Amino acid sequence: METSFALTGKGYVIVAADTTAARSIVKMQIDQDKIKELSPHLLMAYSGEPGDTVQFAEYVERNIRLYQIRNLYPLRPAAAASWIRRSIAESLRSRNAYSVNLLLGGYDTSSHTPNLYWIDYMGTVVEVPFAAHGYGSYFALSLLDRYHDPEASLEEGLATLKRCINEVSKRLVVNPGKYKVKVVDKDGIREVEI
Amino acid sequence: MARRYDSRTTIFSPEGRLYQIEYAMEAISHAGTVLGVLAKDGVVLAAEKRVTGKLLDLSSAKEGGGYGGSGEKMFLLNSNVIGGVAGITSDANSLVNYARTVAQQHLLQYNDDIPVELLAQRLCDMKQGYTQFGGLRPFGVSLLYAGYDPHYHFQLYHSDPSGNYSGWKATCIGANNGTAQSLLKQEYKDDLGVEEAIGLVLRVMSKTMDSTTLGSEKLEFAVLTYDEAAKAPKAKIYKPAEIDALLRAEGLAKKDEDTEMK
Repeated sequence: METSFALTGKGYVIVAADTTAARSIVKMQIDQDKIKELSPHLLMAYSGEPGDTVQFAEYVERNIRLYQIRNLYPLRPAAAASWIRRSIAESLRSRNAYSVNLLLGGYDTSSHTPNLYWIDYMGTVVEVPFAAHGYGSYFALSLLDRYHDPEASLEEGLATLKRCINEVSKRLVVNPGKYKVKVVDKDGIREVEI
Repeated sequence: MARRYDSRTTIFSPEGRLYQIEYAMEAISHAGTVLGVLAKDGVVLAAEKRVTGKLLDLSSAKEGGGYGGSGEKMFLLNSNVIGGVAGITSDANSLVNYARTVAQQHLLQYNDDIPVELLAQRLCDMKQGYTQFGGLRPFGVSLLYAGYDPHYHFQLYHSDPSGNYSGWKATCIGANNGTAQSLLKQEYKDDLGVEEAIGLVLRVMSKTMDSTTLGSEKLEFAVLTYDEAAKAPKAKIYKPAEIDALLRAEGLAKKDEDTEMK
């Protein structure tokens, strides 16, 4: 039961995703990293059809890296979101579309703001203060609506994230188990233990 | 036998030079002057128009075409970049068209204005192609790019027919560029404001231009600033009437008795 969350705060974005890889009723891996580090200030959590997800995430990763190598500076989060949206929209109109849902969190080093984009496999992009994908979103979104604060410190942000994770483990039929949590801010990307 | 290495653009001479490229640059140093100055809160461009004559119909240019200016030397390449061209006008038109296409492609793909250096790079890739692939003449055009992007804020770039480009605080292309550049070197100060830059550009322009008096029929003028309210760069290419008003304000306008064109 794949689940991913992300929320913004004062100068940072937290992105969290469960670490289980499952097929049908079988858990096959419990420590999979579903959050790609696209550039020094850009994170992408992916979920959806297994296979498609990794393939598409690596395609995005390589293209964003190529832009950075060619042009000396990385794409800003907004530009990266538009490029990814376009890639999904083009693939959707082909014979074999990628079925991938994404949360793109980044810190814009030129405007000094954290940005979070909710992207789905239909090519929808919305800039949001908090977001979730998967079954967990049914429980987490109302909590985030109640407790999210765009001016919250990192500790407060992580506390809100914990509330979501706890709620999901309490209510969802199949608890996803472990989560990987990454934070992006002005200093770059780091992993956080919760 | 010296001519042997002149005829083809892509053949080196024994001294290791590409004559056609050098000739193209020579052609530009006879073209109308284009001058650019980078200020801390804007970029200023001015250009000298060469083609003037009593019978040339300027009625369409009076109001300023689409984006202002006469569309001869100053072009809006994208909402964040103004280009000033010196050289063969028809080549320039083709490059301007290419630049606008590239900028719009970037906007379509990334929903973000193209960074200024990237636009200059893309044009230079194209220009460089004509110094390497056989049979074709290089573009006889130098450009100044005055632009703004969130990465490096205000920028001024110059590119030449060989496909080289470089960033400048103040520079000049076209006729008398040596004189203008040494004047700029003397008078340029770091952390210049845009108003001072306008004054500097007009002063240097009035000294380097062939004609003694400045007027809208000889001058094109453009300023790029940042609009704090709209949170976007603001490109302004001056209309003839606005240029005359500016010259009067700066005390550089010609006197009424020597007006030749009405």
